[in-house]
Amino acid sequence: MNEEQFPGHRPNLVLPPEEYLLPGHVACPGCGASLSMRYALKALGRKTIVIIPACCWSIIAGPFPYSSLEMPIYHTAFETTGAVASGVRAALKVLGKEDITVMGWAGDGGTFDIGIQALSGAVERNEDFIYVCYDNEAYMNTGIQRSSATPWLAWTTTTPTAHPKDEPKKDIVGILAAHRIPYAATATIGYPEDLIRKFRKAQSIRGAKFIHLLSPCPPGWRSEASDSIRLTRLAVQSKVFPLYEVENGRSYTITVWPDPEVPVREYLRLQGRFRHLTEEQVEMVQAEVDANWRLLLQRAGR
Amino acid sequence: MEKVITGNYAVSYGAKLARAQVIAAYPITPQTSIIEKLAAFCADGELDAVFIKVESEHSAMAACIGASATGARAFTATSGQGLLLMHEMLHWAAGGRHPVVMGAVNRGIAPGWSVWTEQSDTLAQRDTGWIQYYCESNQEVLDTVIQAFKVAETVLLPAMVVLDAFVLSHTSEVVDIPDQAEVDAYLPPFRPRWKLDVDDPHAFGALVTPNEWFELRYKIQQAMQEALEVARQADEEFGRRFGRRWGVVESYRMEGAEVALVTSSTITSTAREVVDAMRQEGIPIGLVKVRLFRPFPVPDIIEALSAVDKIAVLDRNLTFGQCGVFGEEIKAALYDSPRRPPVFDFVLGLGGRDVTPATIRQVAEYTLQHETPEERIIWVGVKR
Repeated sequence: MNEEQFPGHRPNLVLPPEEYLLPGHVACPGCGASLSMRYALKALGRKTIVIIPACCWSIIAGPFPYSSLEMPIYHTAFETTGAVASGVRAALKVLGKEDITVMGWAGDGGTFDIGIQALSGAVERNEDFIYVCYDNEAYMNTGIQRSSATPWLAWTTTTPTAHPKDEPKKDIVGILAAHRIPYAATATIGYPEDLIRKFRKAQSIRGAKFIHLLSPCPPGWRSEASDSIRLTRLAVQSKVFPLYEVENGRSYTITVWPDPEVPVREYLRLQGRFRHLTEEQVEMVQAEVDANWRLLLQRAGR
Repeated sequence: MEKVITGNYAVSYGAKLARAQVIAAYPITPQTSIIEKLAAFCADGELDAVFIKVESEHSAMAACIGASATGARAFTATSGQGLLLMHEMLHWAAGGRHPVVMGAVNRGIAPGWSVWTEQSDTLAQRDTGWIQYYCESNQEVLDTVIQAFKVAETVLLPAMVVLDAFVLSHTSEVVDIPDQAEVDAYLPPFRPRWKLDVDDPHAFGALVTPNEWFELRYKIQQAMQEALEVARQADEEFGRRFGRRWGVVESYRMEGAEVALVTSSTITSTAREVVDAMRQEGIPIGLVKVRLFRPFPVPDIIEALSAVDKIAVLDRNLTFGQCGVFGEEIKAALYDSPRRPPVFDFVLGLGGRDVTPATIRQVAEYTLQHETPEERIIWVGVKR
């Protein structure tokens, strides 16, 4: 690694040495979701129960009788992560096992779309678990269909380039923050220290925690597997995916400042799903990103 | 201790005595007072459970599954639309082998809205892998909730205790509330061998290839078959300890009967009166009550019914395009019997329409007067 390849990269990266994601998992090359899990578990440690609804991770975790995690996993129905995690936490409470972390681990479809009711219910009750959305911005496990997390103007198999997605991405962290939960944050694999710090912080807080991970998907984004880390860094540097946290739904803190700042074009151009964009459309996306960034700065009191 | 309580409260007391540890529920008429009472028990410290006030029935069942998978005794209650919304997770509870117990109050399925009793909601769940009991009285409801936990946790399948809307759910009767110590001796704590445990990590419910899927289904069927004998034994043991038995199938005044009425739920009580009256008139009629519907007690049904000349099944339910569900099941069971008396399937009382002694008398007389049924479904009281 060097500055040229990874602008803004700080050497001396220190990660916990423990590995809870085992070799032999079945993620695609360059999968952001697998690296996300690896980092998350390094942060949380062994005493963690993982709830996984239908998503890429239903597959990555391995078919019966195998498992690619050292932790207990409950695979559940698409829309139920928030509710199953609530039940697991309730059982741990009544059984007197309070020192265990419960983590729901869902994709964007299972979070932004079909699972939002159970998620909203669970966080409104301030259930004590960490809900993680690894967001690859479409239904990737079924083969790249649009979700409400798909970015504006992106190609998917259900938003073909003749009619790309016409709606902006749903502001999921805003929705969770509006529930006034103790902790909500964004993170991504290109900034593993920030990611691990946020998981540890979430683990230290009682009540509902939400972590939104941008998670590149080379087959779905039509990107190179070798570009996944680069893409997450460009997403942050272009302000497409700012890294911040929200405490108690009110206190916004930007945790990693875009450095260097890059135009959105730099992020888009590495992804085939945006290849059809005209110059004018790229400018439209830039304007949208700028507006969102101004709103975030305002919320963060900057 | 005797108390005058509704059928719904009988469910609540049953869950309390069973020491449910996690309750996840959502309000729906006519079930709501079950969970209100349980919420009060939890708030008063009478029941040491976590009550999760979920945002839907789908989440209620999902939360119960999560709790059961973690090793807690889980309970919920619902009705009608709520049960239908749970459907996906009912399969999940059974497929995951989680012995969740549920109070299910029968209610007509919309549209149009009905809050009154009809069994179509619970019978539509017959293929989900849930054990199902249909109860006649409030005492039976309370006792069955306790028995259901015992059976469910023995075979690792979930169980549903079904009662009629209003006729039972909101009607008060004298109910004997057993001593907690006696219930504790009958129902030991839930200690599943496999659970979500950070010291013994396993993955539950992962992708299963055709190499193993078939076997997992076979094992569910085996567990269901085993549940029949387990249910009989659980009832016997309950009888020894508490002095009350309900049977999986009950024969009433069947000695020398030529015609048998087959009933379930509260229609049974009304039918008993009619059978008594007709017996007094010298008519050889009896009654067979089906209490356990899943697993369907085929040997018990054959034994109870194969000696009669004619069978009248009273179905407060309907599977569109076929007939009443109990009628269908009884016919299927009797196919394995050396004698197959004609089965008259009466559909009646849908959407909570009253089933009175006169209604049942009409059913009995039709059966006595006909060699065989004129139609596959004999509609009782429908305004055509």
